[in-house]
Amino acid sequence: MASPAPLPPAEADPGARLVLAEHLLACESAVACARAVVEWLARRHGAPAACVGPGDGPGASVCLASEGLTGAQQAALARAWDAPGSPLATFRTRPGARWLAPDALEGAAMPGGFFAVPLGRPGATAAALLMVGLPGPAVPEDVAWVASSAGPHLARQLASDARAPRRPEPDRLLRRVINAVSDPVLLTDTDGTLLFANGRAEALLVAGPDASPGRTRAVELNQRLFRETLAQGGTSVHRREVPLVDPLEGMDLLFELVTTPVLAPDGPSVVVSVLRNLTDLGRATQALGESYRQLRATEREARSERHRLDRVLDSVADPIILTDPAGGMVMMNDPAERLFAWPQSGGTSGEGAADEATLRRVRANDALFASFLANLLGPVNAGVSRWKSQLTLDDPSTGSPVPMEAMANKVLGDGGELTGIVTVFHDRTEVLERARLLERVKEVSSELEARVQSATAELAEQNEKLRRQAIQLEQASAAKSQFLANMSHEFRTPLNAILGYTNMLLQGVSGEMTPPQRRNLTRIDSNGRHLLEVINEILDITRIEAGRMPLHLSDFGIPELLQEVMAEMDPIIARSKLTVETRLDEALPGVWSDRQKVKQIVLNLLSNALKFTHEGGVHIAAEYQNATGTVAISVKDTGIGIDVSNQEKIFEDFQQVDSSPTRAYGGTGLGLSICRRLAAMLGGRVSLQSAPGQGSTFTLHFPRRARRT
Amino acid sequence: MTNTPEKSKPLVLVVDDYQDAREMYAEYLEFSGFRVAEAKNGQEALDKAFELVPDVILMDLSLPVMDGWEATRRLKGDARTKAIPVVALTGHALKGHTDDANEAGCDAYVTKPCLPDALVDQVKKMIARRDAASAR
Repeated sequence: MASPAPLPPAEADPGARLVLAEHLLACESAVACARAVVEWLARRHGAPAACVGPGDGPGASVCLASEGLTGAQQAALARAWDAPGSPLATFRTRPGARWLAPDALEGAAMPGGFFAVPLGRPGATAAALLMVGLPGPAVPEDVAWVASSAGPHLARQLASDARAPRRPEPDRLLRRVINAVSDPVLLTDTDGTLLFANGRAEALLVAGPDASPGRTRAVELNQRLFRETLAQGGTSVHRREVPLVDPLEGMDLLFELVTTPVLAPDGPSVVVSVLRNLTDLGRATQALGESYRQLRATEREARSERHRLDRVLDSVADPIILTDPAGGMVMMNDPAERLFAWPQSGGTSGEGAADEATLRRVRANDALFASFLANLLGPVNAGVSRWKSQLTLDDPSTGSPVPMEAMANKVLGDGGELTGIVTVFHDRTEVLERARLLERVKEVSSELEARVQSATAELAEQNEKLRRQAIQLEQASAAKSQFLANMSHEFRTPLNAILGYTNMLLQGVSGEMTPPQRRNLTRIDSNGRHLLEVINEILDITRIEAGRMPLHLSDFGIPELLQEVMAEMDPIIARSKLTVETRLDEALPGVWSDRQKVKQIVLNLLSNALKFTHEGGVHIAAEYQNATGTVAISVKDTGIGIDVSNQEKIFEDFQQVDSSPTRAYGGTGLGLSICRRLAAMLGGRVSLQSAPGQGSTFTLHFPRRARRT
Repeated sequence: MTNTPEKSKPLVLVVDDYQDAREMYAEYLEFSGFRVAEAKNGQEALDKAFELVPDVILMDLSLPVMDGWEATRRLKGDARTKAIPVVALTGHALKGHTDDANEAGCDAYVTKPCLPDALVDQVKKMIARRDAASAR
């Protein structure tokens, strides 16, 4: 921690300098100032001294003060001030002290010579010259200090003396009194020219030559404002406001200016101006204004808030009423108004009766509401905070009843006291309507349910009937199958004997027969076989229908199969006198299928062709279609042909083109039906191309390799 | 065939409730050189079979008293008659009869109408098979 630096050694005589400095500050004129300096120097050095400066009027210079000099010496010095060519005149424009020999200045010689020191602001022409009679060219320190400290002061005094040389000067004490006043006080002439200003006023309205440009401008502005304000007042006592600028801070200040014209006893009339700072007051006023504005804004806001609340409440479809603690209506929204408010008077003429009715209804509504509210009002109901009830109001305009649910809530203040009651109504029309509809829907739905139940019961009954029918049908079908099987058996038993005995007779077991006997027996045999065929066909259908016709797949060749067919049909072919040709594809491959069924189909198709062809011939062709992997065995005849309309019918059970009792062709009508079923079992089909009189071509298509099902 | 001594002729038992059929087959079998015994129902067939031990039995399946299936099952269950080939003969053409017949132990199955000569071929085949089996 460093201790404060020691003070520099005390001046040789700081007390004396301080006294001079104080004295100089108190000086009110250049003469007084000069006198103080000269006296101080003369006393210090015991030498003559003088101060020369400008006097009144141009070209006049005076000896402002002197000590130890004669009047002639003083006059000589005064003359030398601005005599052309005189050393003093030249010293005025040159900075620095000069030493003059005792005889350098005529008529003003001093024993041992003297110093001439320019006084004034540094760098400017000297305002005055200080003469000190001292020998030698070395400038004593005291002289230099006096020149530097008194110079600017004296220069200012000279300048101010030059501006108002002959103004009445207030008493020094008075001045001090005025200076002590905290408000700016000014003395001006009637034109506003400043004669005197106390310290406060100077701070506002006076700028020294060395003031900053900002301060100078501010002061100029203040002076202008002040003069303008003053000019408005005239010469009577006047009070007005003048805005000024604080030259230091740049802040706006507001003053109240009170001017009083004073007639000086020895001179022209002057004006005393007192300024009172109103700035704070102004600010307070401003703040007050601001507060007021804010208050207004808040009020506006509150009002708009209230409007908005009103609009919000109005936009609610349910009526809302705010009531005071006594039950008086404070506020209601539009929907509530329609029910509870008296209609606006001055309605259009001719509605008197309607208005009467409307009023009555509104009155009734109000009464209802009042009795509803009574549940919350009064000390008896202090503990009740809300009340809910259902009221049936009347629509004032139409008179139709409006079922309402009313819900009232107490609004309590901060202290728990009742400040109001808010009642919200809710239209129950819709709810009631909905309930009614719901009831109706329930009724209808129960009706519907009953109907559905009866329908369901009926359906169940029908289902039961159907089920029974299905069973009966199944039983019937089974019975049919059983019947056919039994019939087949019963047919076969005698047929077995017929064919057996015929066979035996033809073999000659009972001895040789005559040719006519043999021929007749052969016919018996043929008819017996036919009968057997019919029985077999019926049985086949039954077996297929009953799913009792299994597939027996094996490898076999088509040519051998066709040979067998031809051999079996040979007796019939021989008898028919038709040409039967067989053409086989050379590249016919072996097949994997049910040989028995293929053979049965081909036999059937061939016997059909022979049966319905009277002349021409039958062509049997077999080929393999590589693309589809199917074998096609076609039987083409030159017979009667089949009309397109009958081409599908002939494949149905027991159907022939001609089923009439007078039909030309016999048969069960089962052959093609069996063919189609058998072909389907092989994974194939039977197709037909035919036209009446053009013959027919039946073709069996079946896969070369059957898939086991 | 007429040259063959009576005793050495194979004996065929024809079982059928339909007299015409029975007699027709019997006549043709005798014509073809067989001895023939006849039975009208399953029970009779069993009695005759145990008594005579025929070489082949032609068994109709639908029979009164005892049907052909049951009779066959009993024949095949008896040591005395177990080896006798049984050819089932039926007018029933539906599937299922065959299976039942096989299950009962029939050695062959023939559907009526069956011409006498075809039946005789079947009987000859049975005897040949039986002889081949016993020779082994």
